[in-house]
Amino acid sequence: MTDHSNAYDGLLEHHDVAGDSSQWAFGTDFEDPLAGVDTTVPDDVDPAALATYCLMLGDDALVMSHRLGEWCSRAPDLEEDIALANTALDLLGQARLLLARAAAADPSVVPVLPEGSPVPAEDALAFFRGPGDFRNVRLVEVPNGDFAHTVARLLLFATVRLALLTRLAGSRDPVLSAIAVKGVKELTYHRDYAGRWFLTLAKGTEESRRRLLAALEDVWPLHPEMLATHPVEAAVAALGVGVDPAEVRDEVDAVLEQVLTASDVERPERGALAGVRGRTGRHGLHTEALSRLLAEMQVVAREHPLGQW
Amino acid sequence: MTTTQVAPDADDALLAQFEATIGRSDRIEPRDWMPDAYRKTLVRQVAQHAHSEIIGMQPEGAWITRAPSLRRKAILLAKVQDEAGHGLYLYSAAETLGVSRQELTELLIEGRQKYSSIFNYPTLSYADVGTIGWLVDGAAICNQVPLCRTSYGPYGRAMIRICKEESFHQRQGYELLSTMMRGTDEQRAMVQESVDRFWWPALMMFGPPDADSPNTAQSMAWGVKRNTNDDLRQRFVDMSVPQAEALGVTFPDPELRWNAERGHHDFGEPDWDEFMQVVRGHGPCNTQRIAHRRRAHEDGAWVREAATAFADRQRSERAEAHG
Repeated sequence: MTDHSNAYDGLLEHHDVAGDSSQWAFGTDFEDPLAGVDTTVPDDVDPAALATYCLMLGDDALVMSHRLGEWCSRAPDLEEDIALANTALDLLGQARLLLARAAAADPSVVPVLPEGSPVPAEDALAFFRGPGDFRNVRLVEVPNGDFAHTVARLLLFATVRLALLTRLAGSRDPVLSAIAVKGVKELTYHRDYAGRWFLTLAKGTEESRRRLLAALEDVWPLHPEMLATHPVEAAVAALGVGVDPAEVRDEVDAVLEQVLTASDVERPERGALAGVRGRTGRHGLHTEALSRLLAEMQVVAREHPLGQW
Repeated sequence: MTTTQVAPDADDALLAQFEATIGRSDRIEPRDWMPDAYRKTLVRQVAQHAHSEIIGMQPEGAWITRAPSLRRKAILLAKVQDEAGHGLYLYSAAETLGVSRQELTELLIEGRQKYSSIFNYPTLSYADVGTIGWLVDGAAICNQVPLCRTSYGPYGRAMIRICKEESFHQRQGYELLSTMMRGTDEQRAMVQESVDRFWWPALMMFGPPDADSPNTAQSMAWGVKRNTNDDLRQRFVDMSVPQAEALGVTFPDPELRWNAERGHHDFGEPDWDEFMQVVRGHGPCNTQRIAHRRRAHEDGAWVREAATAFADRQRSERAEAHG
């Protein structure tokens, strides 16, 4: 398309675009996210544990991506609209790979759909599970709040996830390892973006500092859940397949300390948000927000269990 | 820029030079002299175009949280993000003419500058995401491809990049619809219903009939606009008919048929009263779209102020360190 005065012919050539998908938006051109990858589970690894572990990491990314996507057309400026959408897209890409890995490791985690349904496993997991089957931490599901809340949450989320994925790059599962290597580059940017805005809001105006401090108070009690060890995480970590979040606590702490110090912000004193008899998001026990979020996210897919998109 | 300091003779010389540049189909660049009326027309057109990209994020963006597959969600997020990017280039092109993004945004939310009327129609099903890609982006491309050769350099260069991305979006929209047409009966009905709703508003995107288009003649003489409204509308219909056949949908126009004599399709008249109502602010979503944009702009004010204050503080700290 070099002659811009006469591009109509070019458009007309594309009647049969259906089969031609090679040049589509980046990260969106694959039907099967794990096509061509050897998804065999290492011999000594319990497939059910590996699948659950992938759901934990995948659901964190999926739900966080959904919340960031809600900013679209609402951000404080066009540059921020684009950056938040970019972050949402990166996390959505991670979620797709992790959900597909969960399904490949243990097909029994995938909800059963009516016979003849063309819905792929990643979508069956995203759109046909109820809130009790989601394994994400509660940090990612609570509503966005204002821009300061979004920045504070993203800082906590990206700091922990970057530390986790950095170690996960050494996983014995080649699929998880590859997903982690790709994710590390993305999360480095997400953490940097959130950190820069954290500093900017802390040192911007009185109003921005007031909002940032309030936001940090709100989201702080939600982040220890990402650093608590669930039995499944302990099990896959013992086999060198997953990462025990307890291992990254010091590193996360040091990074947060650096951001807080640079911003002249004191570490909030509030402790971790309680669960219910020890059960939290990782066990499928969520805040009230998740069911509403899923009701919206799943509405079209559930109306058409035999549909193809 | 004004012409007040220039002597009448010099003024004539500049105008002659300007017209010679247009005559050679060369580009006018930001530092070149240009008549005030040309600058005004361009600001109006580029701003309106930028606003259309930004307002256009809403009808489709509303479906990001409800996209029925993760692949479609990624495609839609990327597309709406591209629209924000187009808005950015176009506001930058407008800035080369001496108006700021802030000023233009305020004119938009005060209702003093327009955007494409198509975005005042609601999106009621996921098929609308595909139909907007296919028909609305398709119509936008027909309008915009000639603008790649527009006489004002920064605008033309922005349009080259935008047109490439728009044609990509058009194919994605078409691909969504063609996938849905291979799905269930309900999905096929959803596609047809969506096409029925968007066909006439898409035809209105080319503007009123030539006889009623007050700005066309001057814009064409200046090389800002390259084809008439009716011309482009005809091309769009001729381009869309075979695509609809391939897809398996019909257009809601009993007068639509091939005219071998003209070598074009004949088609019915859009409802121009409805068009005028929407243009005057009484479309189904005008109020909602502006209110959404205004809310985002106002809610973000404290963030933009914080960023400015922080940048100022850093600058003064650096100055102190060096001073």
